[in-house]
Amino acid sequence: MARANATVGGLRGLARARRVGPAIVFGVAFLALWESAVRGFDLKPYFLAAPTKIFEQFIKNYSRIWEASMVSGGNALVGLVVGTFFGVAMSFILSRYRFLGELITPLAIALNAIPIFVLVAVLNNMYSITSEIPRRVMVTLVVYFIVLVNVAKGLTQVRSTHVELMRSYAASEFAILRKVRVPNAVPYLFTALKIAAPASVITAFVSEYFGGLQNGLGSRITSNIANSKNAAAWAYVLGACLLGLAFYIVSIILEGIARKGEAK
Amino acid sequence: MSALQVAGASKIFNQGTAKQVDALVDVSLTVDPGEFVSLIGPSGCGKSTLLRLIANLLEPTSGSVSVNNKTAAQARLDQDYGMAFQQAGLFDWRTVSKNIELPLELKGWDKSKRESRAKEMLELVKLPEFAELYPWQLSGGMQQRIAIARALAAHPQLLLMDEPFGALDEMTREYMQGELLRICGETSTTVVFVTHSIPEAVYLSNRVVVMSPRPGRITSVIDVDLGSKRNEDTRAADGFFKSITAVREALRGTHAEHAAANAIRGVEDR
Repeated sequence: MARANATVGGLRGLARARRVGPAIVFGVAFLALWESAVRGFDLKPYFLAAPTKIFEQFIKNYSRIWEASMVSGGNALVGLVVGTFFGVAMSFILSRYRFLGELITPLAIALNAIPIFVLVAVLNNMYSITSEIPRRVMVTLVVYFIVLVNVAKGLTQVRSTHVELMRSYAASEFAILRKVRVPNAVPYLFTALKIAAPASVITAFVSEYFGGLQNGLGSRITSNIANSKNAAAWAYVLGACLLGLAFYIVSIILEGIARKGEAK
Repeated sequence: MSALQVAGASKIFNQGTAKQVDALVDVSLTVDPGEFVSLIGPSGCGKSTLLRLIANLLEPTSGSVSVNNKTAAQARLDQDYGMAFQQAGLFDWRTVSKNIELPLELKGWDKSKRESRAKEMLELVKLPEFAELYPWQLSGGMQQRIAIARALAAHPQLLLMDEPFGALDEMTREYMQGELLRICGETSTTVVFVTHSIPEAVYLSNRVVVMSPRPGRITSVIDVDLGSKRNEDTRAADGFFKSITAVREALRGTHAEHAAANAIRGVEDR
């Protein structure tokens, strides 16, 4: 059996290499093409900076990019944690009281339909100019809806065979929740987190465009562009990209730990 | 003492509305301990509904159901029966062993007792080396054997099965039928078995209950006399074919009757 597991693991490793390999080759080729296009056509830095220049700026400004990343990343993390908490809590309430779901779903759809970022402008007015709260609230809202919709689905869309089986064991509603609905919702939660984690970073730094403190990645990108420091702006974009990636990777690692041994 | 008794049970869905369905009308059935009874009939004849009345997953509109001389509701609370469905219905997030332990967890058994029972059940279905694997790592036939092990984990005297082999290929299916007879023989379990397959019903059963749709009811009950020891040779025996023919004719009867009823309705429509 241990051997069977090892074989499965080995096959997975091979499959992963096959899947990731072409992506790496493509990425490197893309950067090479970008670099040669900038050099070959002699594109000006204000039009498009070369990857080598961006990387140079990234190294040079590393500590400042790191600081800005901590600010935006911190806002994203706070919003992600709070939003996930309330999203999960609300999905439990909605799955228990279906009529509430029917009341709230149209409102949620309506809220999702408006460009939600405009709320930052409103929130900025509610708090002092030096406050990080508006951005964190904004991230919380975005994460909340992603988590709510997915986890509620996981709690309610359980297989009818499973429910019949539990009823045949005379299981209580609470037992069905604990042993069927919650485990069923776990993959949905991680699907939500995989979407919400990068979204929280994007929300955190896009929120910075609406004023407030000038300490995060978003504000740094704006100010560098305003000062015609394009390569530096790109370096901050790279920082934002890496931050989003880090959030995504952490969500995948958490999923791997939580669902050890399961298929997917 | 009977293992289960259904007396004049009816089940009507959406009663009094335009969508009213007479799923079962005045059904009576008594099953003795250790007996294997199959329910067979075309779609909509109420065989699955009857099984769910026995399991107390549905309440009869009228009539009564008793299991082990208790009400069906009490029997369910006492976990007097195990149940298996067409889908194995194993939980993806539990290992094979933990799947088998589920009904025992709900009964409040402690861990070591559960684990030793799960081990015993895996021996019974001849899959002891698969305890720590997850369901997706098993074939369909193996998953169904685990589902049977789970249904029997609490040693119920009654096993209720709703087309458990319906999704399996013919070879696996015949193998599973043999295994089921062996397991039920070893544990002297009473079985009520819903199926679409005539040979399956005949091979497994002491009695085949033939049902007919609109309204769902029992039209005939056929005794199968193939002895208690059945094996692959049974499938070639004269008695096997004789019983198959008898069940088929009983089913045809319900079919012809149904066609005639439709013809009359056709006349009325004009």
